[in-house]
Amino acid sequence: MANIEQKNIRNFCIIAHVDHGKSTLADRIIEKTGLLTQREMQDQILDNMDIERERGITIKAQTVRTVYTAADGQEYIFNLIDTPGHVDFNYEVSRSLAACDGAVLVVDAAQGIEAQTLANVYMALDHDLDVFPVINKIDLPSADPERVAEEIEDVIGLEAHDAPRISAKTGLNVDAVLEAIVQKIPAPKGEKEAPLKALIFDSLYDPYKGVIIFCRIKEGRVEKGTSIRMMATGAEADVVEVGYFGAGQFIPCEELSAGTVGYITASIKNVKDTQVGDTVTDRMNPCDAPLPGYKKVTSMVYCGLYPADSAKYPDLRDALEKLQLNDASLFFEPETSLALGFGFRCGFLGLLHLEIIQERLEREYNLDLVTTAPGVIYHVFKKNGERIELTNPSNLPDPSEIDYMEEPIVSAEIMVTTEFVGAIMTLCQERRGVYLGMEYMEETRALLKYELPLNEIIYDFFDALKSRSRGYASFDYDLKGYQRSELVKLDILVNKEEVDALSFIVHAASAYERGRRMCEKLKEEIPRHLFEIPIQAAVGGKIIARETVKAMRKDVLAKCYGGDISRKRKLLEKQKEGKKRMRQIGNVEIPQKAFMSVLKLDDE
Amino acid sequence: MDHKKSLELYIHIPFCAQKCLYCDFLSFEAEKRLQVEYMDQLRSEILSSGPWYEDCRVETIFIGGGTPSLLEPEQITLLMQAVKKSFSVAEGAEITIEANPGTRLSKKLPVYLAAGINRLSLGLQSANNEELKRLGRIHTFEDFLKGFQSARMAGFTNINVDLMSAIPGQSLESWKNTLKKVIMLKPEHISAYSLILEEGTAFGRHYLENGQGNGQAAAQGADPGQGDGAGLDPLSQWPDLLGEEEERQMYYLTRSLLEEAGYHSYEISNYARSGFTCRHNIGYWTGKEYLGIGLGASSYVNGRRFCNESDLDQYQKLDFSLDGLEQLHGEIHVQSRKEQMEEFMFLGLRMTEGISAAAFTREFGVHVDSIYGDVLRKLTEEGLLVRNGRYIALTQWGIDVSNYVLSEFLLETGSED
Repeated sequence: MANIEQKNIRNFCIIAHVDHGKSTLADRIIEKTGLLTQREMQDQILDNMDIERERGITIKAQTVRTVYTAADGQEYIFNLIDTPGHVDFNYEVSRSLAACDGAVLVVDAAQGIEAQTLANVYMALDHDLDVFPVINKIDLPSADPERVAEEIEDVIGLEAHDAPRISAKTGLNVDAVLEAIVQKIPAPKGEKEAPLKALIFDSLYDPYKGVIIFCRIKEGRVEKGTSIRMMATGAEADVVEVGYFGAGQFIPCEELSAGTVGYITASIKNVKDTQVGDTVTDRMNPCDAPLPGYKKVTSMVYCGLYPADSAKYPDLRDALEKLQLNDASLFFEPETSLALGFGFRCGFLGLLHLEIIQERLEREYNLDLVTTAPGVIYHVFKKNGERIELTNPSNLPDPSEIDYMEEPIVSAEIMVTTEFVGAIMTLCQERRGVYLGMEYMEETRALLKYELPLNEIIYDFFDALKSRSRGYASFDYDLKGYQRSELVKLDILVNKEEVDALSFIVHAASAYERGRRMCEKLKEEIPRHLFEIPIQAAVGGKIIARETVKAMRKDVLAKCYGGDISRKRKLLEKQKEGKKRMRQIGNVEIPQKAFMSVLKLDDE
Repeated sequence: MDHKKSLELYIHIPFCAQKCLYCDFLSFEAEKRLQVEYMDQLRSEILSSGPWYEDCRVETIFIGGGTPSLLEPEQITLLMQAVKKSFSVAEGAEITIEANPGTRLSKKLPVYLAAGINRLSLGLQSANNEELKRLGRIHTFEDFLKGFQSARMAGFTNINVDLMSAIPGQSLESWKNTLKKVIMLKPEHISAYSLILEEGTAFGRHYLENGQGNGQAAAQGADPGQGDGAGLDPLSQWPDLLGEEEERQMYYLTRSLLEEAGYHSYEISNYARSGFTCRHNIGYWTGKEYLGIGLGASSYVNGRRFCNESDLDQYQKLDFSLDGLEQLHGEIHVQSRKEQMEEFMFLGLRMTEGISAAAFTREFGVHVDSIYGDVLRKLTEEGLLVRNGRYIALTQWGIDVSNYVLSEFLLETGSED
């Protein structure tokens, strides 16, 4: 494979709204370019993790290199960089895009343009990528490729009348996409003899090789023995191996040079040293300036993770450490809760990221977890001039010490069919949204623009959006900044004792409603005890809502003779079993699921 | 003094004239011929079992069902002959037969007495004929009165009456009326328990599947017209279950009325005049060994629990001259020491006097506090248990929430050592 000229390389990605067929098209491209036979293909090769397969989404960027013999008789190297498909991973997406020269935009022939379609196209254009559209799923009965082509031209302004009409599922017309990649995506540029300048767009921890850096070589070259330096983190190492990406495997090669996409290993032990977006250069012959666009990934959403069985605390720590090896955006630090014991305060890119980590901990590491309500980072300005970044509501200073607080705000774009505009506007109002404007995409669809506080959308907003639009709304957001806000800490008292793990920060105007719903929900979840249990919601010591769990139900006076003894035993065992997954708070036992159920208050 | 171990016998007669709507015992309607064949087979089981218990003396016998009084009375004579032939039955053993007032008892009762039966247990449940009908009982209160008088006339001096409270639609007043009518007759013993909804019964199907709790749901109304009425009253006419509090009021009333009338409440749902507690049942709660004979009967013998074949066809096919007994007893569960301790507690605490710490020590060679100290302390502090002298007993409140209290005596694996 040596001496492939730059002009025969195509570095590209596929962008699409979720479910529009990105991964399927990637599979077909890999299949058609003959790297694998059809028999070897598992569906959706690029999605490696079980969870990705199950949820049908891509979490980590995946990359594959294939060889395509084009109609002009020449061989082309395709580096296909599959980008994560969720708003939580926007930064990773942007870095993956920066590694490409062009993008294939997949649009569903029935659904047309969705919020993420737009967001992704704009992001690709921001990175100076050449974008060409492909209209997918033309085999669907409801497909209307002509309408969608018009929509693409009208809304995005991309030429679409000659866009390939394909079915990635059946393979129909995928050849046209391959040719278009050769024709429409530019070959990479970059001086092979210049000092090394490579963009890290992902990394992976391998127990044998250490960190595997996924990078795009912008300038210069790298080979075994090159002494490299990460310009932002300052980490240095000697290259052990370079190579490119087969399907699901790493194939070593002699060198990577300007214009190529590949991997580097250098016995690096920690993915934190190889932050996505950082620039790799040659320590001996450094480039003058790093590539633009690097930023340290910061967690947007925080929550407490506790082992259900407190004896499993060390196991949880080990599991988090292992996950972090592969996921530089996962943050955790130990914390203690009176209610839940020892655990960790963890930071995530978003709620999906949180759910994925939680699921992986439970599934891959067999841990039973209790999760506290997710929250965001608040800025607390104290009267003494001190400023605190608050991630755990329990650490909120006494209200008398607080001057004011700020909360993160996002700008959100919601695409919805016009009949649901009213319902979605109501939802956004309920969530303290500030209306920015609305654009009609076409007669039946509108793009609503809102500013929303992040803490109003981090848990059940997406579900509410889907249910109020019968599944038709799509949603995308960007962190905009911080804004001063009337925030209070809502405390929950069970039998007069504050349960720290149930406290959260909420806007003063929603406190009463939230408190009331929390109490109602907890009343359902906490089993009856020997005594009556008041459940109260309080703000600053003032009770704003109350419910009561009645005292224990009296048992039926059953007989118990010879044949009943085994049954009686089973009944008692069941009764006792129910108590195992409980947390003792004062003299009240709270089931673990109560801590989670309060996250879903918007059940309608 | 002989050195024979004491043993209780339970003999199961699985036939009844009509299944009651709440009943989940192993019982069914069957034609006469089948009943006779069953009794033949039952005698074979008795005759082949006896030799295994040569070292035992039978102290109590309980012939239960189903409805033993449904059979021709001669069957009971033959049955008792077989028992006496095969087992060593103690002089003065308590021998009880269950009888349904709707099975023409007057001719049968003298035969029972002649066969050596000395205790009669009459299933009344309610003195209100509407309620009896609602339960699917085949008799009226008047039938019961007739049966009770016949029993006295025949010479039964130890009679139990079974009663049931919390029947759907029952009022406190109606329950009081039932109790008063029965007290008037001065039976020696009264069993009074609440309706329990069991899965697989007509009541269970109706009330449980309509979302009401186990006999406890607040009277919020089952959805009429849904569920499976088994061809009885239209379901829309089935009244709601009683609420938790009403049910409890009935229990308190039972206790106070019966105690007032001279009945000692010696177990959660059993009451007796002095000297007439049921020895057979006390045996269950105090860990005595018992042998169950007949279809589906349970046994606890030599520290082992097992249950007889419960399929009638299979049972009838057993050949007791060969390996019938082996086939009869399915899986045999050897009680661990842990299970024995647990049962000592959760069965013994059903008794009003409670459990004796000395008896625990005698039985297990360790003091009850070394096993259950923490639990006993906690439950006593919570006001659920009371310790007076060497006895530990449930308080009234402890009885109210007995499942919670008793479940606390289940031990974690390994914790008894």
